[in-house]
Amino acid sequence: MLFELRDVSLTRGERRVLDSVSADVPIGATAIVGPSGAGKSTLLRLLDRLADPEAGTIAYRGRPLDSYDPLALRREVALVPQLPALLEGTVESNLAYAARLAGREAEAGRCLRLAGLDPEFARRDVARLSVGEQQRAMLARALAQEPAVLLLDEPTSALDHAARDAIEATLAHLRRELEISLVLVSHDPEQARRLGEWVVRMDEGRAAEAGPVAEVLA
Amino acid sequence: MSTSIHVSVGQVAASLALVALAAAVSFWRKADLERDIGVATLRSFVQLTAIGYAIKLIFEADTLWLVFALLAVMVVFGALTARGRAKKVPDSFWPLLIALAIAAATTLGLVVALGIFEATPRYLVPVGGMVIGNAMTASAVALDRLGDEMVDSRARIEATLALGATAREAARPTVRRALRSGMITLVDSTKTTGLIFFPGTMVGMLLAGANPTDAVRLQLILLYALLGSVAISALVATTLAYRNFFTPAQQLLDSTE
Repeated sequence: MLFELRDVSLTRGERRVLDSVSADVPIGATAIVGPSGAGKSTLLRLLDRLADPEAGTIAYRGRPLDSYDPLALRREVALVPQLPALLEGTVESNLAYAARLAGREAEAGRCLRLAGLDPEFARRDVARLSVGEQQRAMLARALAQEPAVLLLDEPTSALDHAARDAIEATLAHLRRELEISLVLVSHDPEQARRLGEWVVRMDEGRAAEAGPVAEVLA
Repeated sequence: MSTSIHVSVGQVAASLALVALAAAVSFWRKADLERDIGVATLRSFVQLTAIGYAIKLIFEADTLWLVFALLAVMVVFGALTARGRAKKVPDSFWPLLIALAIAAATTLGLVVALGIFEATPRYLVPVGGMVIGNAMTASAVALDRLGDEMVDSRARIEATLALGATAREAARPTVRRALRSGMITLVDSTKTTGLIFFPGTMVGMLLAGANPTDAVRLQLILLYALLGSVAISALVATTLAYRNFFTPAQQLLDSTE
């Protein structure tokens, strides 16, 4: 099992964002689906230890998540947030920075191609990219770390249909060829069907259902 | 530089005419500052009179311990005042206190060690007051900016943490902008000094009848000392304060949401 969540709860201010969430996330491609405000993005942040739950436990590959060094964990489990948030500079400098943190050499052209961008984008200033291009540059930056797991928060929300299809093809390729596990937050059940093997359906901070995609989204 | 002039209470009272003018402008234009002007005038009178007597006592006692005690009180009050400006920074008092203490100790230590001023109350008290005052303003501005930047840059900082960067690496661009904000005002005013405005020390010495060359030289020393103290205080305050936005697990606190 990749992640095991047991009775995970989290409150933000007055609001119970996650309420006793228990779910398994197997190795492979898992989609977390549900309406806005269901707690999907918060759950993804917990899996990357960008926040800790107030109650409950999360295990990664059988070990408690908080027993891992958070920096090493985040280099192995890469989160790509929904809102693009690149560092000032060029696309290449962003990729090089991420690769350096993971102790690797950046293969900018390859990472950009995998993320559906022309290698020529490497020299572009991130301030001059469209939101869709920034979103793909964020994916390329995560790939520069050669992670074992990709946590993707609405990775195609700012893209048109053609770009969305290209990213989905890339993600399917990463899953198939590089054996990277994917945990994908999506509000679109069709995308979950296309990419996911396993589904966790969230509703009002609870894991309403979890299981194979064919059963949960039948 | 040992000239002195006598200023009578009557002269001070006469200058209140300009305070009345300020209050009249506020009343006329409905700026609603009359009460604040009154409080500021009264507080400045009480505080400066009190510190004047305190300095007189310290000069007469001629002991460095009293100087250090006075400077320590100024550092504590400076940190408390600056904390009011840095409301978005969690637990900002200690970073500010340490920043002001290091800025004062380093700047005064250097001007004494370099033989610029003697280690006597007559020099250490006024120079220390200027150093701490400017360091307080710079660190308050820097931390105010730091608080705003941590909120505005939350998405970018957390995205950088998600790459496995340390809190220090993730906050570096934010800390750099905050440091710059703290220093830029004095740097800009130093650039224009003598052209657009005359700084206070020089004006005071000229009014007291000092040789203009001496007045300028002393002013230059103070400006350069202040540049150093402002840089040290803004650096120490931002370097210590950014950590308060993160947990030991390199997570950004919810207070920036």
